[in-house]
Amino acid sequence: MKTDYLLLVLGMGIVTYLPRWVPLIFLSRRRLPEWLRQWLDFIPAAVLSALILPALVTTGEPRHLTVFQPALLVSMPTLIFAWKTRSLAGTVIIGMALFWVAGMFFS
Amino acid sequence: MWNPPYSSYLKEGMVAAWPICLGYVPIGLAFGVLAHNAGLAPWEIGLMSLFVYAGSSQFIAVSMISNGAAVIPIILTTFTVNLRHLLMSSSLAVYLQRLGVGRLSLYAYGVTDESFALNMSRFRDGDWDWRKALTLNHTANLAWIVSTIIGGYGGQFIPAGAFGIDYALPAMFICLLVFQIRGRLFAFVAVLSGLLAVAFSLLFPGNAYIVMASVTAATLGVFLQKGCEKGRKCTEES
Repeated sequence: MKTDYLLLVLGMGIVTYLPRWVPLIFLSRRRLPEWLRQWLDFIPAAVLSALILPALVTTGEPRHLTVFQPALLVSMPTLIFAWKTRSLAGTVIIGMALFWVAGMFFS
Repeated sequence: MWNPPYSSYLKEGMVAAWPICLGYVPIGLAFGVLAHNAGLAPWEIGLMSLFVYAGSSQFIAVSMISNGAAVIPIILTTFTVNLRHLLMSSSLAVYLQRLGVGRLSLYAYGVTDESFALNMSRFRDGDWDWRKALTLNHTANLAWIVSTIIGGYGGQFIPAGAFGIDYALPAMFICLLVFQIRGRLFAFVAVLSGLLAVAFSLLFPGNAYIVMASVTAATLGVFLQKGCEKGRKCTEES
């Protein structure tokens, strides 16, 4: 069991590390064509949005749409605050405070 | 040698990591509790957090362990869940030119959704370099490892959801997304990617929706950009 667990953790570590490592090694040492630079420039906005939106409007396993939940409600003022202030610290604190208050009303 | 510049790199990197640490603590504690319930000792929990360092795949692995899954299926699942980091490392590579293989390899270890989002935003602003980014990565890493181990010792005594702490990471992501919107085309890519992600997440199990939606939206963005260059300019640099 112990060696099994070690093997498991080692295997998980290797397959997690490789996708993190390969692009850094192969892309950071060559001049990238313009279209690829452009594509990579869009990736952060695309990835962040793909991470956030499903978390705000879906729940459960298997996932289904749940539009009325505090996480989505709170995301609107949080987004506006971030847009207006451009402050990461402020946005995190406001988001947490609003979510905390919203949780009191929802439960 | 401990030159002043180095300690200031360390300080800036550590300070910048706070929203991630704040978000990792409750998730790490929750993970530790679940892993403990699945029969893992605190040192085993710490070992997984150290070797794997990827939250969602660790949660999935622990639930598979408690269902008696074999080693290979767990490793394969971990691989697919964490494949999205390919995109993030590719995007980060633009800012990590001229680094040696050793430093890049160390950097690769710390690439998570959260560190990627925060470091990318800092790199774009300028006034950020690999030393600070690496410090940020390892500060977040330490917060993750320590909080999962504490959870493994019985993190149940910490009240769940206190102070809205569960919203620390979503709020950070929302803000960093706002920072990434640097023109109409970026807004289009973000909205499209989000909508596609919702649709794909409802259609397909697992988290392949992140990669599918991001790749589709970014690719369409490039095509639109090409169209724009012929016509009018759609991205204004701010």
